[in-house]
Parts: sequence; C-alpha cells; structure tokens
Amino acid sequence: MKCRTCGQKAAVNMRQHKLALCKEHYLEWVPAQVERFIKKYRMFSREEKILVAVSGGKDSLSLWDILHRLGYVADGLYICLGIDEGIAYSSESQRLTEEFAAERGLKLQIVNIQQQTGMTIPELSTATMRGRGKSCSVCGLVKRHEMNRIARDFGYAVLATGHNLDDEAAVLFGNTLTWSGEYLLRQGPVLPATPGLARKVKPLCRLYEREMLAYALLRGIEYIYDECPFAVGATSIYYKELLNELENNRPGAKLSFYLSFLEARKKGLFAEPEAIQQELHPCPNCGQPTSAPGLCAFCKMTSKANTV
Amino acid sequence: MVKIILRGKEYEVRPGMTLLSALKRIDILPESVIATRDGELIVEDEILREGETIKLVAVISGG
Ligand SMILES: [Zn+2]
Ligand SMILES: [Zn+2]
Repeated sequence: MKCRTCGQKAAVNMRQHKLALCKEHYLEWVPAQVERFIKKYRMFSREEKILVAVSGGKDSLSLWDILHRLGYVADGLYICLGIDEGIAYSSESQRLTEEFAAERGLKLQIVNIQQQTGMTIPELSTATMRGRGKSCSVCGLVKRHEMNRIARDFGYAVLATGHNLDDEAAVLFGNTLTWSGEYLLRQGPVLPATPGLARKVKPLCRLYEREMLAYALLRGIEYIYDECPFAVGATSIYYKELLNELENNRPGAKLSFYLSFLEARKKGLFAEPEAIQQELHPCPNCGQPTSAPGLCAFCKMTSKANTV
Repeated sequence: MVKIILRGKEYEVRPGMTLLSALKRIDILPESVIATRDGELIVEDEILREGETIKLVAVISGG
C-alpha cells in the first residue's frame, strides 16, 4: 500500500477514508484535520486561553501536542486521582505527563484529589458507596468539578478534552440504547459556556481512536498503555468493541453513526422542550452552578465522605 | 513461523500470508490493533516473513 500524497510505503491505512499515508504525511494530516474541526465547530481561536485535560493517555497527550504544533495557547491540567493499588496507574501517568510537558516547555497545572478532598478516588467511592464499588462515576464527577474549578480560577476560556470518535460513538450508543434525551441533547463537539462554567470542546471528536494511536506511536509520544484498573470490564469498552465489529464489516460506520446524530440534532430531533430547561444556581459551598437545591453533587459527596 | 504478540500473549502463524489474513487467522479485529515490525508501523497488505516478530498495540485504552 502506498501513500496517497508521495507514493512511498504507507504507515497507516484508514479504510473509513479510503486513505493510506506514510509517516511524514500522516503526521501532517492529523493536525490539519484537527484544525479543520476546530474551525468547523467554532471551538476556539488563537487568542483564547485553553486548558487541556491530560490524563497521560495517548489521546489527551496527542491533543496537547497537536494544539501546541498548531500554535494554540494551551496549558495542561493533570488531576491526580490516587489510583495506585496493584499497578501504579496514577503515579505512572503523572510521571509521563510531567515529562511530556517538561520536554516541550509547556505549562502543566496539577491537582491532587487527596489534597483537595482528603481522600483518593478509591477511598471516596468506598466512603460514599456511589456507583456500588465502581469508582468511575465518582471519578467522573470529581474530574468535571475540578476541571471547572481550575478553568474558572485561572481564567481559561476553554476546556479541551481528548475524547475521540470511538469515545463519542460509545457514549452515543449507550445513550441511544436507553434513549436518554437529556444526555443526547448535550452531547457534541462543543458545550457552550454558561455563567460560571467555561466552554467545553472535543477537538478529536472526529478522529478514530485507532488514528490517535497511530499518531501517538509515530510521534513517539510516551503514554500510559495500561487501562485504568477500574475501567477494565466497563460498559463503554464493551460498546467500543461492539462498534469495532460493525466498523470491521462496514468501514466508516462509527463516523456515520456520530455524524448523522449531530445532523439530526441540528435539525431539531432532540429540540429542548421548554419544560426541561433547568434553573441553575450557584452551589453555596464552591460557587459552581448546579440544578439541585443546596450543595452541588461534588460538595454533597465530599461532605458526606468526610463525615463517615 | 511468524510470532505475533498482543498484550503479552503470543500467537504463531505461517510466513507468506498478509497481516490481514494473519489477524483473521488468530481472530483479532484489524480495527482494534496497530501492527509494528521493528518499531515501524505496517499496514494490512504487508507480507509476513519467516522468523520475524510482529508486535500489536491495542487501540482501546481507558481514560
Ligand atoms: Zn507520503
Ligand atoms: Zn459545590
């Protein structure tokens, strides 16, 4: 197989795009694609301050690398979750993220959940029984809250995450199986800013996870290869595998699932009924907007955890 | 024979077949991995050679 651009031996073949490229041209193609989607979905400009949530995984580190190469002003945010039983997942991913930032002279903000709340993620989920032993829901809640806090406190206009097409298609698949209208309504490349919350964007939302892996490998980015020990057996991974079966027989199926969803939503398929428009008010403890009366979900959880 | 490794698990296939046929033979979805030979990425139509080791990198990772 030959590179479409130069005719040299191809390093990556993308059946979904009927496109094969050599290393050199692949490493140009990916940032050009990302730039195209940043513009298409009006994610941010080169004048805005961007905070990239980095986990030490291939997607978020590649995103940071790409934004840097494209000339955007992007600092990193690493959230130390304290997941270190068995394999040293958190310490190893933090080390890789710090090395990545240092090598490129990029600014990295680090938040330690244990210092913030008095407990690690595994301890928080045990103390609150949230998610019945599964730490993922606690982790998601804590990460969202801390990302919002840092973005607000340090004046970042935009919060960027490394969600790729496979992540988005898996979430969409899950929300479609249950027809979770409110989640479907909010899923997309951009979640606009609301009072107290920065705009959230997913610049990799149209890049396949396989494409992001090829990018990380060809760029020589050192990332954490092991899955988070709590994610092993997660439903989202099962959905990804199912969608890959589909993709294998019908190249492009994942992309078309996601894009036809975005198109349908734009045409008003999930138009928001006035009735579910929620009143938001600031949490009396942390000030972040919340729909529930009283404390936000994060503050409720951490105060409960600390009284047990 | 050709050795194929994924997440510490080893498989063996006959040389002379393409990467795509080899992946089918050992029941691994091409969409779920990227194949490397001596650190270089190879694509599906690559012919596998006697005695070599192909390392597969899993696409799905958490976080
Ligand atoms: Zn080329
Ligand atoms: Zn709060």
